[in-house]
Amino acid sequence: MFIDITPWIAVGLILITSTAILGNLDWRISLGALAVQYVAAFWLVTRHLPFVMGSAKLITGWMVVAALGMTCLGLSTAEEYKKGESALPRGRLFQLVLIFIVAMGTAGATPRIESAIPGLGYPVIAGSLLLIGLGAVHLGLTSDTLNVILGLLTILTGFEVLYAAIESSILVTGLLAATNLGMGITGSYLLIAGTMPAEMEDEL
Amino acid sequence: MNAPLIWILTPFLSGFLILFFLHRRFSPLIGGAISMALALTALIFPIDTALLLGSISIKISSSVQFFGRSFSLNTADGPLIAIIYGLAALWFFGTEASGSANRFVSLGLMIVALLTASIAVEPFLFAALLLVMAAMLVIPLLVPLYQKPGKGAIRFLIYQTIAMPFILFSGWMLAGVEASPGDLGSTIQAGTILGLGFAFLLGIFPLYNWIPMLMEEASPYVTGFLLWALPTFTAIFALGFLDRYTWLRTSPQLSYTIQFAGVIMVVSGGLFASQQKHIGRIMGYAAIVETGLFVLALGLGSLEVVNITFLLLIPRGLELAVWALALSIIKRKAYTLRFNEVQGLARSYPIAVGALILAHLSMTGFPLLAGFPPRLALWQELARQSLATAFWVFVGLLGLLIAALRTMAVFVMAKENKSWEWNESWVQAAMLGVGVIGLFILGMFPQVLQPFIINLPALFEHLGQ
Repeated sequence: MFIDITPWIAVGLILITSTAILGNLDWRISLGALAVQYVAAFWLVTRHLPFVMGSAKLITGWMVVAALGMTCLGLSTAEEYKKGESALPRGRLFQLVLIFIVAMGTAGATPRIESAIPGLGYPVIAGSLLLIGLGAVHLGLTSDTLNVILGLLTILTGFEVLYAAIESSILVTGLLAATNLGMGITGSYLLIAGTMPAEMEDEL
Repeated sequence: MNAPLIWILTPFLSGFLILFFLHRRFSPLIGGAISMALALTALIFPIDTALLLGSISIKISSSVQFFGRSFSLNTADGPLIAIIYGLAALWFFGTEASGSANRFVSLGLMIVALLTASIAVEPFLFAALLLVMAAMLVIPLLVPLYQKPGKGAIRFLIYQTIAMPFILFSGWMLAGVEASPGDLGSTIQAGTILGLGFAFLLGIFPLYNWIPMLMEEASPYVTGFLLWALPTFTAIFALGFLDRYTWLRTSPQLSYTIQFAGVIMVVSGGLFASQQKHIGRIMGYAAIVETGLFVLALGLGSLEVVNITFLLLIPRGLELAVWALALSIIKRKAYTLRFNEVQGLARSYPIAVGALILAHLSMTGFPLLAGFPPRLALWQELARQSLATAFWVFVGLLGLLIAALRTMAVFVMAKENKSWEWNESWVQAAMLGVGVIGLFILGMFPQVLQPFIINLPALFEHLGQ
């Protein structure tokens, strides 16, 4: 019974962390939730990949969080970093409705995907669809740089959870890790951009 | 010696070293020279063939194993590599004249290396990962540290990243479709997911909105390089899909859908270009039209797919390089690149303006210029299949021509007493001159491309054979 429940705990964690990232304006909480999200993804990924390869994904994810965190910390010491305001509706109720829609979509699609691709497992599919769906919602609601990067990282994690079940190549795992890390570094760069004078660019 | 080490690892490491250790003054020269050397090596030394130099036998082996998968560049890849690195050299040599960012050459070399890896990786499906990594490397070029990231750069990053999961997943689904070709549901699902992946990657209508935005907010030279490099390799990647999966190649519905997407891109790009008042955005829409022509060529479904696609690829590199360089020179005088600011500049920057107009006319398919032969070949094939499609392509190109005429009219609207000046430097004039001569040579003697493209169909086992 315990074995059956544990992956669903990971799915629950994914729902909670994605909701936290979507609804929170403080970068510290968002990045903390992202770090926990990587743990949940690791949990699901290791159902199909060896522990070592799953660990590589987890460590890469945490490195991304660290890179983004250090950048935001650097920015917040200079001037308090605030996520940009979006013109789109950002009310709590609206976000809850969107999360509910994604959750319902996931609940409806999971059995169908499992019947189309047997052997993936309900928790893996559900976790993956939640991440992809909530990541897409996040991208749709914001134009703020940090939020965009968080949305893209969430989508990539969701895809990795699903893809790990069908492709176990070391090269793919390595390239996906490099892509995640690249996204973190690109995100850090984009966050820094605009904060340095033009003369600094010449020196660099 | 090993081909992937020479044409992937060497430029990547060179880019890395140039980035950290070379003074910016020398980077265009060194980067261009490395790129040219790689192009010449690809031309002179055939891959996987033993050559005797005196008593020394040299053979460049074709593949290398990496994490259990192989990166392989075969004999047929040689001319393609020569074209890619030759055009890249042109871009790098032009950096100094364009006044682009310090990092352009180093990151450009790394980007070209990653893109070359995308044609070498096996299974070819994993190229999607290398393409997205190359797209990430473009970001520091598009967004200087002193400038806030604009919407165009962010959208570019989003679209290129989202494309990768679609393509990887569709590749897995396509394997299933091959196993049971009668399953219509799976076929439609795989086709849709693949289509979405390429729509994001190539910027198919309406997902190309980032291109004109980038042309406004980023350096025209860098954006031009991006608009040359990424669609070129994406088109080769798409050809790989058509070659690998029989049902994609033979499905008339898919061919029709691809052609429809191409027509929409050509027509919308041409019409939007004709309405613009910003010469950077006009170049963006011209690049969209050109990508639309690629898409049309991919959907031809005839034996000429490979030939026409590669015939389009080579002039595109030259046209965009000349256009982007001319824009960069003009941007120093008229930063916004809007019509009201560039009015009458033909008398102050005659060479840059002339080169810009010629590159623009070449993209419209004007006779005697590089764009004419491939458009004629494509038109001929399209007219055989559907006169309506050929007509709509004409409408799109007409839109581009109108944009060219409007641009020309604005450039020559100088005050009557304004005297002629020459404000371009010698380097700028020489680079633009070489580019324009190239446009005329490719337009008047398209057979010079024959040695390069004659063996390219061999890259694909089934397409065009």
